[in-house]
Amino acid sequence: MKHLLTAAALDAAAATAVLDTADGLKHALLGREVHKLPTLRGRTVITMFYENSTRTRVSFEIAGKWMSADVVNVSAGGSSVGKGESLRDTALTLSAAGADCVIIRHPASGAAHRLAGWLRDTGTHVVNAGDGMHEHPTQALLDAATLRERLGGIDGRRIAIVGDVRHSRVARSNVHLLTALGAELVVVAPPTLLPTGLAEWGVPGLRVTHDLDAELPTVDAVMMLRVQAERMHGGFFPSAREYSIAYGLSERRMDLLPDHAVVLHPGPMLRGMEIASAVADSPRSAITAQVRNGVHVRMAVLYHLLAAEEDRS
Amino acid sequence: MAPRTRGATDPGGQRQLLSAGDVARTVARMAHQIIEKTTLGSASAPRVVLLGVPSRGAPLAQRLATRMAEFSGIEVPTGAVDVTLYRDDLRRKPTMPLHETVVPDDGIDDALVVLVDDVLYSGRTVRAALDALRDLGRPRAVQLAVLVDRGHRELPIRADYVGKNVPTATDEGVDVLLSELDGEDGVLLVRRGEAR
Amino acid sequence: MTGTSQLVLRGVRPYGEGDPVDVLVRDGVIAELGTVDTGADTTIDGNGAVLLPGFVDLHTHLREPGREDTETIESGSRAAALGGYTAVFAMANTTPVADNALVTDHVWRRGQEAGLVDVHPVGAVTVGLDGEKLAELGGMAASAAGVRVFSDDGHCVADPLIMRRALEYATALDVVIAQHAEEPRLTVGAQAHEGPTAARLGLAGWPAFAEESIVARDCLMAGQLGARLHVCHVSTAGTVDVLRWAKARDTTAPGTQVSAEVTPHHLLLDDSRLETFDPVNKVNPPLRTASDAEALRAALAEGVLDCVATDHAPHAVQDKDCEWAAARPGMCGLQTALSVVVQTMVRPGLLDWRGVARVMSERPAEIAGLPDQGRPIAVGEPATLTLVDPDAEWTVRGAELASIAHNTPYEGMVLPGRVLATLLRGNVTAREGRAGR
Repeated sequence: MKHLLTAAALDAAAATAVLDTADGLKHALLGREVHKLPTLRGRTVITMFYENSTRTRVSFEIAGKWMSADVVNVSAGGSSVGKGESLRDTALTLSAAGADCVIIRHPASGAAHRLAGWLRDTGTHVVNAGDGMHEHPTQALLDAATLRERLGGIDGRRIAIVGDVRHSRVARSNVHLLTALGAELVVVAPPTLLPTGLAEWGVPGLRVTHDLDAELPTVDAVMMLRVQAERMHGGFFPSAREYSIAYGLSERRMDLLPDHAVVLHPGPMLRGMEIASAVADSPRSAITAQVRNGVHVRMAVLYHLLAAEEDRS
Repeated sequence: MAPRTRGATDPGGQRQLLSAGDVARTVARMAHQIIEKTTLGSASAPRVVLLGVPSRGAPLAQRLATRMAEFSGIEVPTGAVDVTLYRDDLRRKPTMPLHETVVPDDGIDDALVVLVDDVLYSGRTVRAALDALRDLGRPRAVQLAVLVDRGHRELPIRADYVGKNVPTATDEGVDVLLSELDGEDGVLLVRRGEAR
Repeated sequence: MTGTSQLVLRGVRPYGEGDPVDVLVRDGVIAELGTVDTGADTTIDGNGAVLLPGFVDLHTHLREPGREDTETIESGSRAAALGGYTAVFAMANTTPVADNALVTDHVWRRGQEAGLVDVHPVGAVTVGLDGEKLAELGGMAASAAGVRVFSDDGHCVADPLIMRRALEYATALDVVIAQHAEEPRLTVGAQAHEGPTAARLGLAGWPAFAEESIVARDCLMAGQLGARLHVCHVSTAGTVDVLRWAKARDTTAPGTQVSAEVTPHHLLLDDSRLETFDPVNKVNPPLRTASDAEALRAALAEGVLDCVATDHAPHAVQDKDCEWAAARPGMCGLQTALSVVVQTMVRPGLLDWRGVARVMSERPAEIAGLPDQGRPIAVGEPATLTLVDPDAEWTVRGAELASIAHNTPYEGMVLPGRVLATLLRGNVTAREGRAGR
């Protein structure tokens, strides 16, 4: 694996290998006072965030540091593209300066693909930490790690993805990855927040519905997506109140879930909007586990990219 | 990494160094030597822990512990220390899967740790294991037990317990088969390219 | 070459029909057609190549004034001549905008200086392309350039009242309003055709109905106002349906109330190109689905779409070799248009060479009201001609095209059909891959 650009490119074997490594790393660090492995000593990892995201950037930074990589954070102030240096020049500069891996978060869909193209002839690896509305593969991997941990597996499990699927890179990555791992997915959203032609994406077994109550009693997990503030004022639904009534995970709705079912949220949460506080803080919630697993999954991704002989494919 | 098929190579390209019976006898002898050298059971004896290096060092450590219990009546705690994350040759190979590290409940602080591996060659695996041990605790001392020492050391490392010394050429390899992983016991000398 | 010199085209087949004939050109006019025994200053051996009236492109962006780093009227004229064109229309979205006679006359004059192709400036419909206030259409129509086509291309004249006024006002000037049909409220932030592919790739959608609804609105207005409307770069099957309906209602004599163009790239390419995120494929309107492209090809053959126009849009490397959202939309097209038409229309049997003459030359000349372009190949007609080798195949290399910018979506593709020579009123403007006089 030279780059991690999409979850769509991961088949079950590749995804499982990364998840197994994440488990191994988690186990290796369990109960240790010193969270440091020498594996990536001398390798330079650069995070390049063109969007603010403390959560993801810190997770990658900790992952790199626990593997002893030298982690350099480049924060591209604001998201104004076209102002100052081009993304291409920045990428080539960082590669020439010795970056073994560039982790990029960018508001433009496909930015990580472009980066990988520009760095084709270099040894620099690219990790997509979220590109526009396209993909966020490490988020899907950490969700999968959490589901594996809590449900004992993913194959054959029924998982509901609820909310703003249209604008969500997390949803796109999860749709591909969880399906590849054998899950049966049901997407629950108002029609205005569904992506175009979801049925034609070629995702086997994917169902779409607008009735959350009907799905909850038979799911093994429910993944709540964040509703971004700009959607609330963009006319995608009449009001936050109406959205919350129809698609929010309230305490009443939580009680419809089977006993073993898990609640996921990629964060940051809008408590009281898409998820009730009591649900977020309940034992069903795996939200803290997601964050913890995020570090191990990102360590595993760095391990698979950087701790192996050069793969130019 | 795909598991290798062992013992399936061209018979002309390999020679048996130890039979299944030889392996059993060798393990038994090593168990006696460890009991003797660590003064296991004596009042002044340190707490002994056997830690195998996966994959084949781990079942070997189990076998040694079983034998030591038979011979001395003392149950020696065993575990495994995966050295993958500490290797210095990761970038020369395809992605290596991780193995489990298992530390006995009482830990390894102040214990006499006997590292167990199947083959001692360059010494780099042992070097990695010593680094890994440092992250797991602070043993009182560390010793090394190997089923086969095939020479060609690249680091100042020697084994405290050796099942069999086998002079080899660098274009040869030594394959240890253990029933737990390979379905049978034995040690083979194979041509390079067929060795692991 | 002076007007008194003679030129002979030997062994050429007008419209690809019949046995090869010779064409004697004298004083810029076709003097003889048949077997020519007269000697000439210049002889071009056709070897049975197809002779067509010179091509007319209703839709190019020559970037001058303002972005001479990507194209000039001179470099664009060379690309046009090499592509078999004898007249091109240069869109108004330059810097400054061609919304007054000063700019349109400048463009016209620069085209005349280059002298390779008639460069007709398109005037802006509204001041600054802002869609708010009508530009001085009358002034531009009456100027040296004699502007006959007005368009805010790149922007839609979205305000229905402004569009109504433009259509209505233009009727007195005998000019046509060419609409870039894109309902702006439906395409805020749009990056690619709204469909499963763009949605999966997280690219904000440009829905087909954003084009179709404007075309329907404008066709209704043109019909009821007795005005002329030209629809730029039709990209969807739905627009074809709207146009078919509108044309059926058209009661003007030759059916000239509503006309429409299609680009070569919308005939050949589709949104499967999005997968790489390479902005060389970014264009506005966006590449649609394969079935849209199929409907466009059928409509061009049927005549519902009148003509092919390139929407030639050169862009600098830094405006294309970037992330998708930051890239400018547009593709170079002047030198590849004929080959794409051969590939998509001629080879599959949808158009014969007479049909190519119709969609590449005759209809666009009629729509723009050019009296000396798109003329029949006959004695006494202007020798404004394009000679095409229908069997030649060539590999597209952006760097080898005459445009200053190299953004072609056909890079590396092998395409059929090559322009052997282009004649503008008897003057050879391109021959064997070299433009010039």
